[in-house]
Amino acid sequence: MYKILKYAFYDLIRSKWSYVYFAFYLLISGSLLFLTGDISKVIISLMNIVLVLVPLIASIFGVMYYYNSREFTELLLAQPIRRSNIFLGQYFGLSVSLSSSLFLGIGIPFLFFGIFRSAEIWNFFILILTGVLLTFIFSALAFLVALQNENKLKGFGFMLFIWLFLAIIYDGLFLLSLIVFKDYPLESLSISMSMFNPIDLSRVLILLKLDISALMGYTGAVFRKFFGNDNGLILSSLVLLMWVIIPVAFIARVSKRKDF
Amino acid sequence: MKNVIEIQQLVKSFGKTRVLEGIDLNFEASRISVVLGPNGSGKTTMIKSVLGMVIPNSGSIKVLGTDIQGQWDYRKNISYLPQIANFPPNLTALELVNMLADLRGGNQHTRELIERFGLGPFMRIRLSNLSGGTRQKVNILLAFMSDAPVIILDEPTNGLDPVALIRLKSLIAQKKSEGRSFLITTHIMQLVEELADEIVFLLEGKIYFKGTVSELKETFNENNIEKAIARILLTNNVA
Repeated sequence: MYKILKYAFYDLIRSKWSYVYFAFYLLISGSLLFLTGDISKVIISLMNIVLVLVPLIASIFGVMYYYNSREFTELLLAQPIRRSNIFLGQYFGLSVSLSSSLFLGIGIPFLFFGIFRSAEIWNFFILILTGVLLTFIFSALAFLVALQNENKLKGFGFMLFIWLFLAIIYDGLFLLSLIVFKDYPLESLSISMSMFNPIDLSRVLILLKLDISALMGYTGAVFRKFFGNDNGLILSSLVLLMWVIIPVAFIARVSKRKDF
Repeated sequence: MKNVIEIQQLVKSFGKTRVLEGIDLNFEASRISVVLGPNGSGKTTMIKSVLGMVIPNSGSIKVLGTDIQGQWDYRKNISYLPQIANFPPNLTALELVNMLADLRGGNQHTRELIERFGLGPFMRIRLSNLSGGTRQKVNILLAFMSDAPVIILDEPTNGLDPVALIRLKSLIAQKKSEGRSFLITTHIMQLVEELADEIVFLLEGKIYFKGTVSELKETFNENNIEKAIARILLTNNVA
């Protein structure tokens, strides 16, 4: 698996899209830092960008990469390696290269702004961590969707719908359910609902760390009340990790039975 | 003679379409076998089953005597040239060669092949910047660089210029004389006439004919292989 990962990473990190993605974060975080000069505010602004953009880019790149490398994958399938190693290698190659663009693009401006001498270092770390986790989660979902759909258009459409659903529609439904059931205790419902959405969960994770009650919203507040800050942090990171592990396990399983 | 590939009662369907309907076929060692058939006859599915890319519904396939079901290690004995030469765009040809060598292990004979196909100046260029013909030469290099006893070529002449084609044919002849076995699919009848020790003609998932080029011509009473094939297709209403 490592050999495939290595070459997939070499290939992807040299693609112009990796540079564009890197440059985008460099520009945004650089200019935000330059304009406001307040690291803590910039982290919150970046959070809003990362929560929407990282899943979208990982979804698009994941589906595109799988379909574009179909013929090469066939060549790899004819080599003496396990099937699951091919797909896991490609998946990790993609996730690691996307994460590197994100990490370097945000990291370099913060480094110049003296993040290591700042009290915000852990908040910054959590921002990067959620960004990386979201990259791994949505690339895995994208790979899984592409593996199960031969038709490119269908695969693309379905993955974009998943993104749209988790990034936007879910919140609306969430809110609606809170209004409809407002006469009942809603703590456990809202906690479990946010567990099923990695984007919501990441938001809760960052806001718990930043400890900004005003931005937390209902779920964040319930989360803090239920688990306290530290336990809430640990729990939400663990659930996010499960969001990586389960789709990756499915990639390995689906790839074993598929005809190419 | 020893069989390198033994296929027994191979059945494969995709959804409701039955692509292979119980094929029994042996490929002997040190021979060039050409698999022919119209589009959709099951050529590619059969080859992909041997490579383990397609999982058969029933039947068995043995490569060099080992049953391949659920195995992957046997693929070190097979070299494969895919029909479409589409490689990671941002790697160089040299990196790609190293990658495959890394995955396969064992001895790799790259230098001689790079010289034979004049690939030297292209090895350090990104694959996305190479022309289709050059990419096909890289594809050939990948298929021939290992010591695998069985070589499967899917449309090997795609996009090759006449010089490269002549070099490819002499390369195939040379490897055959070294005792390698070939399984080739092609639409170029001239290649079949020149190279094939044996022809397998597939039609609608069944073996319609198996024998030498001269046997094919005799059976269908034609002195030209193209006409013989056309006759098969016309009498079966597939063309």
